[in-house]
Amino acid sequence: MTDTNGFSLTRRGALVSGVAAASTTALPLDAQPLPAEAPAATVPVSFTVNGKKRALDLDPRVTLLDALREHLHLTGSKKGCDHGQCGACTVMVEGKRINSCLTLAVMHDGDEITTIEGLGKPGDLHPMQAAFVKHDGYQCGYCTPGQIMAAVAMLQEVKEGVPSYVSTDLTAAGRIDAQEVRERMSGNICRCAAYSNIVAAIADVAGAEDVA
Amino acid sequence: MKPFTYERATSPAAAAAAVAAKPGAKFVAGGTNLLDLMKLQIEAPTHLVDVNRLGLDTIEATPDGGLRVGALVRNTALAADSRVRRDYGVLSRALLSGASGQLRNKATTAGNLLQRTRCPYFYDTNQACNKRKPGSGCAALGGYSRALAVIGTSKDCIATHPSDMAVAMRALDATVETVDGSGRARTIPIADFHRLPGSTPWIGTALTPGEMITAVTLPAPVRGTHIYRKVRDRASYAFATVSVAAILPESGTPRFAFGGLAHKPWRVGAAETKADGGAKAIAAAALAGATPTSQNAYKIPLVERTLAAVLAEGRAA
Repeated sequence: MTDTNGFSLTRRGALVSGVAAASTTALPLDAQPLPAEAPAATVPVSFTVNGKKRALDLDPRVTLLDALREHLHLTGSKKGCDHGQCGACTVMVEGKRINSCLTLAVMHDGDEITTIEGLGKPGDLHPMQAAFVKHDGYQCGYCTPGQIMAAVAMLQEVKEGVPSYVSTDLTAAGRIDAQEVRERMSGNICRCAAYSNIVAAIADVAGAEDVA
Repeated sequence: MKPFTYERATSPAAAAAAVAAKPGAKFVAGGTNLLDLMKLQIEAPTHLVDVNRLGLDTIEATPDGGLRVGALVRNTALAADSRVRRDYGVLSRALLSGASGQLRNKATTAGNLLQRTRCPYFYDTNQACNKRKPGSGCAALGGYSRALAVIGTSKDCIATHPSDMAVAMRALDATVETVDGSGRARTIPIADFHRLPGSTPWIGTALTPGEMITAVTLPAPVRGTHIYRKVRDRASYAFATVSVAAILPESGTPRFAFGGLAHKPWRVGAAETKADGGAKAIAAAALAGATPTSQNAYKIPLVERTLAAVLAEGRAA
């Protein structure tokens, strides 16, 4: 099992140690350090991330998102709200899109996980990534990894016949238009409001009709 | 989150026994509601029993023509099941009206039934809430109550149950199957599963400590037009201010269950026999004895108008 805790020589590391040093010097002489909270027993967990087997020993409180970002250093998945409201943390687990902030890493033993880093690479973009670039489907970019992961998995759901609340006929084969895209992507918030271009990018990949 | 220990259960009975044996223990299934609450320290379990890998994720036909839905069937899987789409449209639509695509992929059938209220005072640990802290009072009374209950309330709680799925299940007369810590199985009609707050609003359901839901059974389908209409503050990904689950058979008594109105999915038999009187008569019977606040009194006419839209949709079908 490799020790994958903590970043080394990053801006974050420098910042954290800087803050720690500052608070040490500011401590009154008679102050007692707070007793450390007893560490929770760690739990071993193994899963596959972007095709690579990973084994970790984690405090059960670690969410899948924190395991990916802080332990495996896959920082493409973003922490927006940390409460499942914004969708910035969207990854695929066993091919299904989920909010990685609302699930514990230890609940995913044996699972196959795909993050934005596993979807495509510079020079070899996934069609959805290329479409977001082409249609300017972002402004600040913070929500973009989640938007793209959600969009790719969403089109797969349509292909598998999963209906949506706006589908006229529940039993008809999957069909996608702008209204369907908006409904099915409502779990991903874009604070810059690049929605029109996001819909255009997704519709381009889907070959959708009726997209205004 | 407060520290907790974690185990993966090996069977439903073992999971129930593990939770019953440890005060402060809880089941975790999808986790979408529980983890949210744990991060806010509204929930602080000392031990989590993971029930995700117990094989409770299948939907099977029952001998009497219904469906038995495993407790761990995800909301997306239930909404997309071809039998549910064909024969239980009200359930499929209700599920699809709830949460987001990501959440529905994780949230489970049992967890949806057990989700906690979204009352803002339950969520704010600085406020009085009898649900979160028994005996502390109810800050929602006289507070921001626009989204809260209008009927079946008490002087101790005006929270609503947030589920859409449960409202459809109430219209379908579903049955909840459970197992307890001693391995004893029982069934609970959905009508008796959720409680009204009364003087003990912290008790939301009929479950005993450690009792675990194993399945929800749907009776044989009721033919006719199935409608789930949800009114909310934005077009998608929001809780209902008012929702109506309706089953309009070609002949016979229609069924109406309501969300966003009460501490449980709201269904009144007398309202269904008044269906010939139209939306006004149905709404009046369903809401008899309602005690709205000045902020949520708008729900009373909204129920009638939503019903009118549902009946119009039914006539057009």
